[in-house]
Amino acid sequence: MNKVSKFSLLFFFLVLAQWGNAQNKINGKKIYETRCLVCHQSDGGGVPNMNPPLDGASNVNGKDIARLVKIIRNGYDERVALDGMYYNNAMAANPDLKEEAIADVLTYIRTSWSNKAGVVTTSQVKAALVKNKAAKK
Amino acid sequence: MKKLTQLVSVAFLAFSLPVLAQENAGLKLPEGFKANLFANNIGAARHIAITKSGVVFAKLNNSNKDGNSIVRLEDANNDGVADKINGWAKYGGTGIFVKGNNLYASSNEAIFKYELNSKDEVVNPLAPVTIVSGLIDRRQHNSKSITFDMANNIYVNIGAYSNACQEKDRMPGSQGMMPCPILDSAGGIWKFDGSKENQTYKDGKRYGTGLRNVIGLDWNTTTNQLYVAQHGRDQLNSFYPNLYSDAQNAELPAETFYEIKEGDNAGWPYIYYDPIQHRKIVSPEYGGDSKKEGSSEYKEPAVAFPAHMAPMAVLFYTGNQFPAKYKNGAFISFHGSWNRAPLPQEGFFVAFVPFKDGKATGEWEIFANGFAGTENGAKIANPSKAKARPCGLAQGPDGSIYVSDDTKGAIFKISYNK
Ligand code: HEC
Repeated sequence: MNKVSKFSLLFFFLVLAQWGNAQNKINGKKIYETRCLVCHQSDGGGVPNMNPPLDGASNVNGKDIARLVKIIRNGYDERVALDGMYYNNAMAANPDLKEEAIADVLTYIRTSWSNKAGVVTTSQVKAALVKNKAAKK
Repeated sequence: MKKLTQLVSVAFLAFSLPVLAQENAGLKLPEGFKANLFANNIGAARHIAITKSGVVFAKLNNSNKDGNSIVRLEDANNDGVADKINGWAKYGGTGIFVKGNNLYASSNEAIFKYELNSKDEVVNPLAPVTIVSGLIDRRQHNSKSITFDMANNIYVNIGAYSNACQEKDRMPGSQGMMPCPILDSAGGIWKFDGSKENQTYKDGKRYGTGLRNVIGLDWNTTTNQLYVAQHGRDQLNSFYPNLYSDAQNAELPAETFYEIKEGDNAGWPYIYYDPIQHRKIVSPEYGGDSKKEGSSEYKEPAVAFPAHMAPMAVLFYTGNQFPAKYKNGAFISFHGSWNRAPLPQEGFFVAFVPFKDGKATGEWEIFANGFAGTENGAKIANPSKAKARPCGLAQGPDGSIYVSDDTKGAIFKISYNK
């Protein structure tokens, strides 16, 4: 393969990857709207004292993907401060969400509003589920 | 030169005053009423109570920047604005009530009593008497609002730590538990003796049940009866998209206002009230299909309000300052919704419920609006965008009413201009 075709192949894959990410985000948005929006709201701003904001939240933009995966899969109901505030509602589990769907919704919340934390891949979610399972034992 | 600066500063004041002090503190009121900010930024003020001399006590949801969770506000120079403000206590909570020479306040699991001296100052801020403790606090719906009857009994709301008593709370497809075990210790109003110390569940009595979460309650002294406002259930559309559209969820179920007699059951979680069909409907978690009518054993609401607006306080107006139509009617504050999403949110106002011959007429109207602070009353997508959210209500000795806000902690004073 000559240099030019190598380059265009790379370019092709890059475009494909970008297109794939856009598709992931669209799918993530759909999941967000049907399962999450009611509590975390359309602007990701949450509801004071009830449901935490996802927009600008340090955990959502952070590096601990395994924790985020666990919250989506198992739900979340702990008396902990999130960015210094407490929230009183209980988040239900989503046991039926497949790995890919979890990756898509996490990609959506990490790249929407003011968040710029970047995509979460299906393989990251799989690894996180294995890690969370091991931690449980 | 001195004259000139004086002139300039007078002109400056004249121009800046209307900007600094918004007309009626930004509220929209019926003809003849006026409002001003009695206080601002005192911390998340939940319920408020006022003594016979006009001292205001506010219970905060959590400690404010001074580390206090109860604030005392006095308008010593009588200009309508608090000028002596101080506080104490370290426990967040909602309930506060003045009864005789005592001040009662609640945390999310207990009720405490303080003693007031002749100047309405608290004698024992650091050593309150525990009246009730050990009430369930599982975070969801944990605030404990309090009121008194004309004897010395306390009525306290214990909210259900659940949305619809599903086996798994807020999990799509999870069935409702039958019977709902939560109702043994929550989801109702409990009655305690206001003069006895150290009571818990076994000393009290479940006075009314089937109430998911009540934050606003008040004793109607003209009919000698308890009235409560319930927060209806959430998320019909997200759990049952085949039965309820987003638009239907935004209108269902009603926020309900009840007259509660001892032993009454308002039906949560088995039924909800549909304000469009004007009847009780069986909850989908209990086999309902959005039309099946609920049992007649459950209480009919006195008034049905639009869904999800979150009633926070009830105040029967007994003053003489307002026009006659308000006398012995009820004011209800609405915090503003979140569960109408993706549709715009509603509420953020104080409503008035007229009473005739000791009964609610079933009608209601908006009394004070504009708390959210949007341009031209524009709709709000997310309640966190509201400038103020109405919460507590209380009547002053001169017949004015006070409305607290639990975002930054404004207290509005509303009076009638004869
Ligand atoms: C019933 C309301 C509700 C729904 C629906 C809901 N959540 Fe939550 N969520 C919460 C609450 C409440 C918390 C905080 C719980 C706590 O403090 O214990 C939370 C916490 C979170 C957190 C952690 C935030 C942080 O700062 O650590 C993330 C991430 C999250 N939710 C994402 C989602 C996603 C994605 C969905 C949809 C799949 C969703 N939530 C659906 C109520 C909800």
